[in-house]
Order: sequence, then structure tokens, then C-alpha cells
Amino acid sequence: MKRFAVWGALAAPAMAGAPDSIWRRLLRLEPAMLLWLFAMGVLLALVANPMFRLAVASFEEPETGRWTLANYIAAYGSARQLQALWNSLELGIGVALLSGVFGIPIAWAISRTDMPAKPLVRLLIFGAFITPPYLGAISWILLAGPNSGWLNLTWMTLSGADHGLFNVYSMSGLVAVVAFSSFPYVFVLTESALDLVPSEMEDAASILGAGVLHTTLRVTLPLVLPAILGGLVVCFLEAIALFGAPAMIALPANFQVASTQLWQFFEFPVRAEQAAAYAMPLLLITVLMIWLQRSLTGRRGYAAVTGKSGERRPIRLGAWRWPMLGYALLVCSLSALLPLLVLLQAAFSRAWGRGLSVGNLTLQNFRYILFEEAQAREAILHTFAYAGASALAAIGLAFVIAYLVRRRLVPGAGLLAFLCMSPIVIPGIVLAIGFYAAYSAPPLALYGTSLMMILAFTTRFLPVGYASASAGMQSIHPEMEEAVRSLGGGRLLAIRRVLVPLLKKNLAGAWILVFIPAARELSTAIFLVGPNTRVISVMLFDLSEEGNFEVLAALGAILVATSILIATIGFRVIGRDFMLRRGP
Amino acid sequence: MSKLVLRGLEKLYGASVAVAGVDLALDEGEFVSLLGPSGCGKTTTLRMIAGFVDPTAGSIEMDGMVLSSPSGSVPPERRRMSMIFQSYAVWPNMTVEENVAFGLKLLRIPAAELRRRVDEMLDVVQMRHLSQRYPAELSGGQQQRVALARAIAIKPAVLLLDEPLSNLDASLREEMRIEIRRLHEEFHLTTVHVTHDQAEAMATSDRIAVMNAGRIEQVDAPHALYTNPRTRFVAGFVGRTNLIEGDCSGTEVVFERVRMPRSALPNASSLAGKVTFSIRPQSLRLWRREAGLAGRGPRVEIQVTARTYLGDHWDYLVLPLGGSTKLRVASPPLEVYAVGESAVLEFDPGQMAPLA
Repeated sequence: MKRFAVWGALAAPAMAGAPDSIWRRLLRLEPAMLLWLFAMGVLLALVANPMFRLAVASFEEPETGRWTLANYIAAYGSARQLQALWNSLELGIGVALLSGVFGIPIAWAISRTDMPAKPLVRLLIFGAFITPPYLGAISWILLAGPNSGWLNLTWMTLSGADHGLFNVYSMSGLVAVVAFSSFPYVFVLTESALDLVPSEMEDAASILGAGVLHTTLRVTLPLVLPAILGGLVVCFLEAIALFGAPAMIALPANFQVASTQLWQFFEFPVRAEQAAAYAMPLLLITVLMIWLQRSLTGRRGYAAVTGKSGERRPIRLGAWRWPMLGYALLVCSLSALLPLLVLLQAAFSRAWGRGLSVGNLTLQNFRYILFEEAQAREAILHTFAYAGASALAAIGLAFVIAYLVRRRLVPGAGLLAFLCMSPIVIPGIVLAIGFYAAYSAPPLALYGTSLMMILAFTTRFLPVGYASASAGMQSIHPEMEEAVRSLGGGRLLAIRRVLVPLLKKNLAGAWILVFIPAARELSTAIFLVGPNTRVISVMLFDLSEEGNFEVLAALGAILVATSILIATIGFRVIGRDFMLRRGP
Repeated sequence: MSKLVLRGLEKLYGASVAVAGVDLALDEGEFVSLLGPSGCGKTTTLRMIAGFVDPTAGSIEMDGMVLSSPSGSVPPERRRMSMIFQSYAVWPNMTVEENVAFGLKLLRIPAAELRRRVDEMLDVVQMRHLSQRYPAELSGGQQQRVALARAIAIKPAVLLLDEPLSNLDASLREEMRIEIRRLHEEFHLTTVHVTHDQAEAMATSDRIAVMNAGRIEQVDAPHALYTNPRTRFVAGFVGRTNLIEGDCSGTEVVFERVRMPRSALPNASSLAGKVTFSIRPQSLRLWRREAGLAGRGPRVEIQVTARTYLGDHWDYLVLPLGGSTKLRVASPPLEVYAVGESAVLEFDPGQMAPLA
């Protein structure tokens, strides 16, 4: 009976009666409430405050703090600045369409047909996915620079012409370069939707006399239209939010897009308030498009969302298998193979333009980065430290919030989930300007500190972590934890002994999913970086301005190799498709 | 003194009522099932007993001490109960042995004693040869045995079973309910068992509490519940039945086409006015018209209107001649009547139950 006495005593205060029952309830909820308050505080600081400060700054006179519309007038006052917005729109639409042209046929071929060499195509698309867009841009400058690019040189040698075929420094060049890096989104979303369409859907059309092409165009693709459109929207948003590739290509070509224009506002003298005003359309259009995408892919009645797949047989392409493979390999060569090859060539060259010869081979670029140049070493260190720390922070926060939401511990947990997912509608550049507006001034004066970088990266990739943690949490039956508690273990023990061990792989996967994009993030970093917090992406950008392509290529190769290494570990530990399957 | 007492227990979710005033007392070592259709509040009641849900009104007491009340509740981990879940909830990251030892470790049982008790429990559920396996390598039935061993190993003050067999296939379910009853006879744990399967409740329980729309309609031993249902709902939910209305104004109870002396019916002395009676199909008997029926019970001429052969019995639907209420009769396989054939239907007043 001794044991009974113990918990009898614990139960006793609970019976103290009605007058203080509300007080008791508050006390009883305390741990969960505290967690809620903590998570709420962090989210307000990371998400709500920067956005609020951004909006306020856009309406404020910087010196006096008075309300004004002058910032908007200044930001949109010149034709050049309006043209930049228009160019962004053009870029976004062009990239989305071109990504569809690249991604949809390959997705169909891999999911529905007997095209050969599927694993190779997949691998190359993964290569395109893991190469940061700004490195793709560098590679294409080396490939299609007006006079010195490899493709142009080859063309001139072969045809005897006195000028090259391609000019990467143009709007069409920029559209192509960005599309090469963003078409994997269309591919992944379309392919996973196609994987859910049962062959019976196509059989039903063929039995009525429709041919393969007709069936594909009229039945199969319309069934996955929401997924395709979702992919196109993602590509559009990627393109308009991108900073690196446009800065490397558009500026030499003497035109601006919205992101590079925003960058100009940060040149001396810094006009953050005008940048804030100028960032608004970018933010609004992203909110709108994400809403559009959600309502597209959220619609019922499409096979893509029923999840039940019947028997599936690949369509036999016959002789057409080879042209199909040819097309897939062409796209993959342009997006992954050629850029990575030319990057490696430059990385191991004394001078990239001298081509592949023994005399031109050197390890000096790597030696320079790893051993001679302290700044490069520091940048590498910073990159992985910041990416690792922000991945850890994002996953930790996401885990806590997903736990509160999924286990319904507190009312109002839905608000946490909303805040946690909302950075998905904030372009990286806009987020950076918000952080600048909120935390660069005293008393915090975080501008140029490591903390600023880590907090911004954490915020930027919080949705990735949350989607992952929340899905994992949902897959674990609450009874798993209740079983612990019914046997006498507390909530914390249940988390430690059951929940965390069961979610280990999920959390590791989420960490990688945050780490890889955080390690290559440029558009947030470029606005928040200080002399002591340089990261690889920023250093690559600076090297490109100096035209030092050999060292740049070596540093880029290190970044890509590390990303591939970590992703490979992820595939090994967590399962093959953990990265490519997930929609962004 | 009762071991576990539920007093006026209520649970509201916003405006919807999940549990609407449940009173129930369990004696030490008693096995009680909460039986009812889905949505009747039985699982919510069980989760309130476990401490996962706080009541809106009423209280739960164990050994005279309040565990749950609207002003505060002892958390689940301090109730010294244990629970078996619908999903088994066997932790996939621990071996069978680790699962069973978990609760004992929390009780800080010395290592040697712990080993002994884990082995003993694994023997009881016949899982010792699989003690190093992980749950993913076990069948559903084996996982449920692990869950049973894990829950019983700590010798809980009260054992809670939440539809533990609903995820098993039919034959395994039958085997496991015998297993559950056997374990109860071995350990005599005070047990609350939630189920929607009446056969499961009957096979395992000392008493069954039939729940409907958040209330307990009747609590009785399985046999009494079947033979003497007290409400229309219980009569219909526990087994199949016929409902017929009789007039209890005089010394005879008068049904549509048959009458019988009040004294022949159980619990009928105080009945008055129109009363509905439950008559089990098994208590009705068909006779050929030419059979000598002198000395038999009250009877009526009927015509067979439909029949179904179910292997172990015939299921006849019969209509008394000149009557309007069809009755269902269960007859042994060899008593064959054709559809349209006339016969005599005999009632057994002793097996007729008046409903409230």
C-alpha cells in the first residue's frame, strides 16, 4: 500500500475543490504551455518580426521614423526599376515553360515507358538538382561565353565561322541556365504523380481505340496536370527569387531583374527602406502562387491523389525508345554532365581556356583553397558550421512544434504550424532584407555575426524541417507513447525512449534536407554576410566578379562533392528516394 | 470496498457528448467489459480511467482515492494501471524482452528479480523462444501476446484493454480471447475491457456493461444479460431477438395472437399496460401440426414466409396466421419446413424478457 500512498498524496491537491481549479489547470498544463510559449516566442522572432519590420521599414523615413510613401516612389520611380520587375516576370515564365519542356517528357518516359538506362538518367537529374544554380551559371559562362566558351570555340573550329553560336549573356541564356537547374522540380513532381496512375486508366482509353500518343496526351498527362502545374509554379518562384545566376549573367549583359535590383539598393549608400518597398511585389506574388499551387494540388478527384495504384505495365516504345533516350540524355548533358565536366576541368587547370593537356593539369587550385588562402578555409568552415547548426536548430524547433501540434497538447498549436510553414512563401532575398531591417540595428546589432546567418538559414529552411518532422510524427501512433505512460513512464521518457528512437531516420533525413540547401544558400547570405562570416557561396560570387574561374571551380567542386557525399550517406541510411521523391 | 468506482462520469467535446453520466463499480479481481457500438463512449470512458482524458464531470476513484475529477487528475504514469492498445503499440525499437522489461525497470526491480519475472511472463504467453526478436519479425497475434505480457508483468492495480483483438483475424481472435480469460484466471487482475464484439465480451467477462449513446444501459453477468435484457437496445445489441408487444392489464398477458398466464413469465408480477418483450429465436420451437401438443406451452399457428439455411441451424421467418408481426425462429438443421408451409409455433414464457 506504500505505493498507493505516494500517488494518493499527489492526487490530493487535485481534489482541493472548485475555487482554485482554473489555477490548478494552468499549473497542470505548465510544461506543454511553457513549450508553446517558447516555440511561439522563437517563431515570432524568426518569422513574424522580420516580416513585420520589413513592412514597417517600407513605409518609414529612415532618419525620423515618420510614415511616408516616399520609399515606394523612389523604388518604383524609374523606368529601369520597373523594367527589372518585368524582366523577372519574363525570366520566371520562361524558366517555368522551359522546365516543363525538359521535365515532363523525361518524367513520362521514366515512369510509364520501357526507355532504357533509366537509372543513369535519374542519376544525372540528381546531379542537376544538387548543383547550385550559380555554379551552373559559371559553368555555362565557361561553355557559352560569347568568344571563349567551349561550345562556341568548338563551333568556330568546326565551321570556320569567326564568331560563336551562343551567347550566355542574354535573357534567353539566363532562362536556359536557370531552367537547367530547376527542371528537376517538374520532373520529380510529375514522375511521382505518374507513378500513381494505374495502367487501367490507359487501358480504358486504348481499348476504345486510342493510340499511345493520343492516350498519353488526352488521358495520362491530364490526370497529373495538377502535379505538373505545381512543378511549374515552383520553377517560376525559384527563378524570380534567384540571385546568383542572374547577377552573374544579367549584369554583364546589362539588364536587371528584381533580385539584382534589390542588390543595388544595398550598394553604398544602403537604402534598405527602398529595398523593403521594392521587395513587396516579390513577396505578394510568391504568396499568391503558393496559394495557387496548394489549391491546384489539393484538389480531389485526380488519380494523382488517390494513392491507390493498380497493376502497372510500362508502355512499349519500340524503336522510339532510342530517340526518347537521346532526348533525355541531351537534357541531362546540358543540365548536369557538361556543366560538371567543365567545372572539373577548370578546377584542375592552370588556366581553364587552355584546354585539356598534361601541362595545364594542376592541383594548385585546391592547394590554394585548402592550405594557402585562410579566407577560403574559413569560408568552408563557416559554410558547414552554419548549415549544420541551422539544420539542427530547424529540426529541433520543427520537432517540438510538430509534437505539440500532432499530439494536440495545447489549444492554438495550429498557429505554430502556420508560422512554421510560412517562410515557404518568403523568397530568400526578401527574408534577408526582413532580417536586416529587424536585427541589424542596435541593441541587437546582429548584422555580420554568425548568429544572424544561422538564424536566417534556420528560418529559411524551417518549412522543410517541419514538413518532414510532422509527417514522421504522424506515422507514429500516439498509443506508442501512451503505452509508456500507462506503464509508469513520464512524457519525457516516452519521447526519449520511444519517439526519438523511432524518428531517428526521419530526423536524420530532415537534417540532410536542410543541410544541403543551407550549405549552398546564396541569396539570403549575400545580404547578411559580414567580413568575418563569409561562406562558400558568397566567396564563389566574389571570385566570379574577379574572374578567377579556376579557384572558383575548385571551391565549387568541393561544395558539390560534399553535398553529393552527404546525400549519398542519406540514401544509404534512409533509403534511395528520400530526396528526390519529396516535393519541395 | 470496490476497487474501482466511476461516479457520474461525463465527457463533453465542445457541444457533443461523448460520455453522459457513467456509474460503475468494479470489485477487486473482477473482469468487466464495456460493450457497445462505435461512438457509444466506451473508449472515451476507458481513456478517462487510464488518465489520458480528463472528465468534464464526475469522478474516478481507486481504492477510495480520487484519480480523476474535473478539478484535477493523476497523470497516467502515476496510476499504476497498464493498458493494452488497439494498435498493440509494441515498441518496434526494442526486442520482445526489452518491451516486457520496460515497465519493470521503471519500478526499479533488481536485475535478478527482473530477469525472473520477464522470463516468467514470456513463458505465460508462450513467447520465450522469441524473446530476442524485434516486433517487425512477429505476427499480429504474437505482437499482441507481447503487449499482454508487457502490461501484466508490472502486476498493475487495474488492467485496461482497448479493443485488443480488433486488428486480428477471426480465428486468431477466438484463440486470443480464450488466452485473455486464461490470463485473468491466473492473475486475477481487476480488468476493464472495451469491445464492440459481444462474443468477445461474453467469453472474457465476469460482467458486461452495455453502453449506448454515452450511457450504460445494463450491467450484468453474460448469461443474465443474454436471457434477461432490460432494454430494447441491449436485447437487440446482444444477440438477435424478436420484439413483441403484450398487454399486461389482466391476469393474462395478451399478445397479438397468443396469450399466456402472467405467472408463467419471469419478473412479470408488477408489469402493467403495454410492455415490449424480447424473445430469442432459439427459445421458439416449430412443430408439425399433426404432432401431439398436449401439455406444451402457449402456441400459435404460423406460416413460414422465408428461410435461410446456415449450416448449424435454420433461420425461419414466420407469420402467425391472422397476425401482423413476423418472428424469427432458429431451428435445428433437421427440422425442415418449406416456405409457405403451415406449422405450430411454441413459446417458452420462461425465456421471455420484459423490456423497460
